[in-house]
Amino acid sequence: MAGLKEIRIRIASVKTTRQVTSAMKMVSAAKLKKAQDAILQIRPYAEKLHHILTSLTASLDNVEESLYTQPRDEKKVLIILITSNRGLCGGFNSNISKKAVDLAKTKYANQLNSGDVDFLTIGKQGVRFLKHAQMNVAGEENSIFDNLTFENVSTIASNVMRSYAEGSYDCIELVYNQFKNAAMQILTSEKYLPVEMGQEEEDEYGNHDFNYIYEPSKEYIIQELIPRSLKIQFYKALLDSHAAEHGARMTAMHQATDNATEIMGELTLQYNKARQASITNEILEITAGAEALKG
Amino acid sequence: MFLEIITPDKKVFSGKVKLVQLPGSKGKFEILRNHAPIISTLGEGVVKVVDEEGEELLFEIDGGVIENKANKIIVLVESA
Repeated sequence: MAGLKEIRIRIASVKTTRQVTSAMKMVSAAKLKKAQDAILQIRPYAEKLHHILTSLTASLDNVEESLYTQPRDEKKVLIILITSNRGLCGGFNSNISKKAVDLAKTKYANQLNSGDVDFLTIGKQGVRFLKHAQMNVAGEENSIFDNLTFENVSTIASNVMRSYAEGSYDCIELVYNQFKNAAMQILTSEKYLPVEMGQEEEDEYGNHDFNYIYEPSKEYIIQELIPRSLKIQFYKALLDSHAAEHGARMTAMHQATDNATEIMGELTLQYNKARQASITNEILEITAGAEALKG
Repeated sequence: MFLEIITPDKKVFSGKVKLVQLPGSKGKFEILRNHAPIISTLGEGVVKVVDEEGEELLFEIDGGVIENKANKIIVLVESA
């Protein structure tokens, strides 16, 4: 059995670790609240915008009207991977990075072999993982999480959209953790560009055609709406990932705190046993000595 | 007629209304009951809403989009 002193030192170190993890849990819980509010507020907007765009594109006769909707040969592929800047959040980063690499290796295997799959990472953890997996990281946008505003995000989104418009990439995928609740993240990969066209929806009477009036014109609305919708989609993905990160960290830190508490209990028990044993030993020695004196 | 006004940050308005006046990109227009389905972009201006009790509500916006279908109106704006 380990000596009393060693056990005492271990108890002290476990105790400080527990303090750190429980403090981190508190911080994450507070940040999660904020991030969660943000994502829950933007979701109705994003959904409605997507809905309008779908009903609009469904009624479109030829899809070649907008640059962003036109499908091309998928020669150059860009995968945007959203992770976090900091670690200590369980499997959050490694799961999503693995998913991104898997996507490149399965869906875009041909392009990967010819070196035509690039990654744009948002979050330092993703960069580390991708470099380790020997993927081609074309760009990093790590500072976005310091100031997560719509303006900053739309700058990045515009850059991405421009590189698509200029033909640097023919297909852009977005891979991120979708926030479900504090303990659950959904690994999500969705096609960012080209925009997938909506299917015609039916209303309750089975009618396809609503004969919308378009003001000022269908083309103008599409020109306006698609970039806006793309920016919102990007922003939503980032907010989702941000909220998911704090959720994951909170859960991970909660478990770490629980584990530390358990270890501390075990160590304390061990310590008390060792202390008891040494006291018993001492008493034994004294009584044995007294017995011997009595003779 | 059911109206929702939504910004990226929050739902500004949600409820039954009698009349909506909107600053379309090409000029102001109004929507009353059983208006034909319409999708339009909006410019800068004021959205005027008259609710069931006849009370007037005003929202300043700086651009957005509106969809009206089967007496359900959705107004998406950048800020209100």
